[in-house]
Amino acid sequence: MTPTREQKFWMYRNMLVSRFHEEVIEQIYLEGKKPVFNMANGPIPGEMHLSNGQEPCAVGVCAHLKPADVVTSTHRPHHVAIAKGVNLNKMVAEIFGKKTGLSGGRGGHMHIFDADVNFACSGIIGQGMGPAVGAALSRKMQGKEGVAVAFIGEGAVNQGAFHEAMNLAAVWKLPFICIIEDNQWGISVAKSESTAVPDNSVRAQAYGIPGYQVRDNDTYEIFRVAGEAIERARNGGGPSLIEIETYRLAGHFMGDAEGYRPAGELDGLRAKDPINVMRARLGSEEGLTDEQDEQIKAECRKLVDDAVQFARDSEYPAAEEAMEKVFV
Amino acid sequence: MNEQVATVAANERRLTIARAMAEAIALEMRTDPSVFVMGEDIAKLGGVFGNTRGLLEEFGSERIRDTPISETAFMGAAVGAASDGMRPVVELMFVDFFGVCFDAIYNCAAKNAYFSGGNVKVPMVLMTSTGGGYSDAGQHSQCLYGTFAHLPGMKVVTPSNAYDAKGLMTTAIRDDNPVIYMFHKGLQGMGWLGTEPGATVHVPEEAYEIPFGKAAVVRKGTDVTIVGVGMGVHHSLKAADKLAAQGVSAEVIDLRTLVPLDRDTVFNSVAKTGRLIVVDEDYKSYGVTGEIIATIAERDVSVLKASPQRVAYPDIPIPFTRPMEQFALPNPDKILVAYENLKRARTWRWL
Ligand SMILES: Cc1ncc(C[n+]2csc(CCOP(=O)(O)OP(=O)(O)O)c2C)c(N)n1
Ligand SMILES: [Mg+2]
Repeated sequence: MTPTREQKFWMYRNMLVSRFHEEVIEQIYLEGKKPVFNMANGPIPGEMHLSNGQEPCAVGVCAHLKPADVVTSTHRPHHVAIAKGVNLNKMVAEIFGKKTGLSGGRGGHMHIFDADVNFACSGIIGQGMGPAVGAALSRKMQGKEGVAVAFIGEGAVNQGAFHEAMNLAAVWKLPFICIIEDNQWGISVAKSESTAVPDNSVRAQAYGIPGYQVRDNDTYEIFRVAGEAIERARNGGGPSLIEIETYRLAGHFMGDAEGYRPAGELDGLRAKDPINVMRARLGSEEGLTDEQDEQIKAECRKLVDDAVQFARDSEYPAAEEAMEKVFV
Repeated sequence: MNEQVATVAANERRLTIARAMAEAIALEMRTDPSVFVMGEDIAKLGGVFGNTRGLLEEFGSERIRDTPISETAFMGAAVGAASDGMRPVVELMFVDFFGVCFDAIYNCAAKNAYFSGGNVKVPMVLMTSTGGGYSDAGQHSQCLYGTFAHLPGMKVVTPSNAYDAKGLMTTAIRDDNPVIYMFHKGLQGMGWLGTEPGATVHVPEEAYEIPFGKAAVVRKGTDVTIVGVGMGVHHSLKAADKLAAQGVSAEVIDLRTLVPLDRDTVFNSVAKTGRLIVVDEDYKSYGVTGEIIATIAERDVSVLKASPQRVAYPDIPIPFTRPMEQFALPNPDKILVAYENLKRARTWRWL
C-alpha cells in the first residue's frame, strides 16, 4: 500500500501544521516564564509535552481514518489531534484555557476532547487503551461503521492496562489497532532500561494477533503498515499492534533540561528530521519545487497563526463556570 | 528544573522539603541496608520533584531503582519486599496516578498485618506528590488526603515544612507499618512550579524523628482555631496575620499526620477558642474537614460558640484554566470570609 500523490501531500501538510503548531506553542509557552521558569505563569501555564519529530506516526495512521473512527491519544497529543482533524482553533483556545476552547478551558493540553471527530486524550499512562477497545466493542455491537485506534508511548506498554486491553481486543476480535510511538524515552528512563524486549511488536504473539515494527520514523512505511491493519480491522479481521520507532526532538516537557540524554543523540535525530525527509521525497517523487513548498508552508503557518489569534482574542471563562459540567 | 535553595542565614541550614526528604532517606540508607528506593525517574533524574536527588550517586542503582511505568507491579513488589525483610521507599509520582495501583496499596499493604493476625509486617513508605495551583489540570493536581486516610491500615503523613518533612520521613521509614507520605508540590522548593517560601526552614543535619499523631500548634491564639495540613497551614498562617491586623487572635494547628490524627490537640484548642475553621485543598465532601468537625461534635459540641466553617476544594474535578482553578482553590482570603461567616453563624451558647 503506497500513498497516492494526494495522500502524500495530505500527510506533508498535516506534518507541517503540527510542527508549526508546536513551534508557536513553544514560544508562547515561554512568555511570562523568563527569566525565571515557573510553569504556573504565562498565557499557557501547566505542563507542556510537545510532539516535534513524532509527526509521521500521526499522519501515517490518520491518513486511513475518517471522522467516524475513534482515536485515543496521550499526554503528548497535538500531532495526533491535528491529523485526526480536531478543530484547530478550538484546540488552541483550549490550550490557552479560553472559553472558546473545546472544553471551555476545563481540560487544557492533556485533556483534549473533540467529539465531532471522535478524538480524546488524557494524562495517565496507558489510560486510552481500555476506552479505545470499548469504542471498538461498541462499534461491533451496534453494527456501526468505524475502527478504534489507541496511540500510546513505548513506556505505556509496561502498564497493566496495555496487556489487559490487548487481550480483550484479541479475544473478542474487535476492530482495534494499538499504535506504539516508540521515542525511546519515558521521561528520563530509556526504553532499554525499562522494557524487557527491544521490540514491543513481538508482544502481539502473546495475544495471537499480527504485530509490526516500523523502523526509523518512516512515514511511508507507517502509512503502509497502518493501512493494512486498519483495513483488516474494518473487514472484521480483528486487532493489530504496531510499534513505530520515532523521535522525540523536544524535552519530555518544556523546562526539561534533558541531562539524561546521551551527548549527540539529539543532533543525530535532528539530522533525520522527518519533515525534511518528507520534503525531499516530495521533491524527487512528485516534483515539489521550492516555490510550491514555500506556498504550502505559508498556508500551513496561516492555519496555525489564525488559530493562535483566535485563542488570544477569546475571553477567559468566568471563574464560577468551574462549578458547571460536573454532571450533564 | 532548577531547585530553589533559600539563602543560608548565620548558623542556619535552610533546606527545601525536597532536600530534607532526600537527606532523611540517605541517613536511613547509610545505617539500614534494607532501605531502598524505587519509582519512576527517581534515579538519574533525582525525582521529578527533587526528593531523591543525589541518592543514585551515593547508593548506586541496586538500591536506587528507576522502574518501568508499571505502578501495579512495583507497588505490589514493594509490599512483597517489605514483608520479606526490606524497607522499600517507593514513589508514586503524582497521587492522581493511584488509580492504576491502588489494589496493592489498600487491599494488601494496608491489610496484610491485620489479615495475618500481626504476623506479617509491611514496613514500606509510599511517597507521593499532591496539590495544584499551577494549572496542571485534573489528573495532576489532586490531594486525595481523605481517600487514603479513610481506608484503615495506612498511616498518612502530610508535612508542611522541611523540618517536619525530614523528621516525618525518618519516622516513616522506621515504622513497621505502611506509611503514605504526601508532599505538596507547591511546598517542595522546586522553582519551576513556584513554591511557598515558608516551607523552606532550618533543618538539623543529624537524623531525628517526629512522632506520628502529634499535631503542632504553629501559632498560638485565643479567638478562633484554624486547622490545616500541608499548603493549608501556610494559607492559615497568612490568614492569621490578616486577622491579627483586625484584632482577632487566631490559633493555627498543623495536623502533620492524618493517620494517626491528634484529636486531642484540636479539641483542646477549640475548647479554648470556641470557634473552628478547617482548611483543606482536598475535596470538601467526605474528607478531612468533615472529620475534624466531627471530632469536636462527637466529643463535646457545647465548646463551640458558632457553627464551624470549612475552606476546602469544591466537589468538582480540578479545572485547567487559571481563573477557574484559582476560584476553586483555598486561599487566605477565603479563610477571612469563613471567619466573617463564623461571626454571623448562630451561636448556641444561649441554650
Ligand atoms: C500511570 C502514570 N504513571 C506515570 C505518569 C507520569 N508520566 C507522564 S509521561 C511519562 C512518560 C511516558 O512515556 P511514554 O509512554 O514513552 O510517552 P512519551 O512521554 O515518551 O511520549 C510518565 C512516566 C503518568 N502520567 N501516569
Ligand atoms: Mg516514550
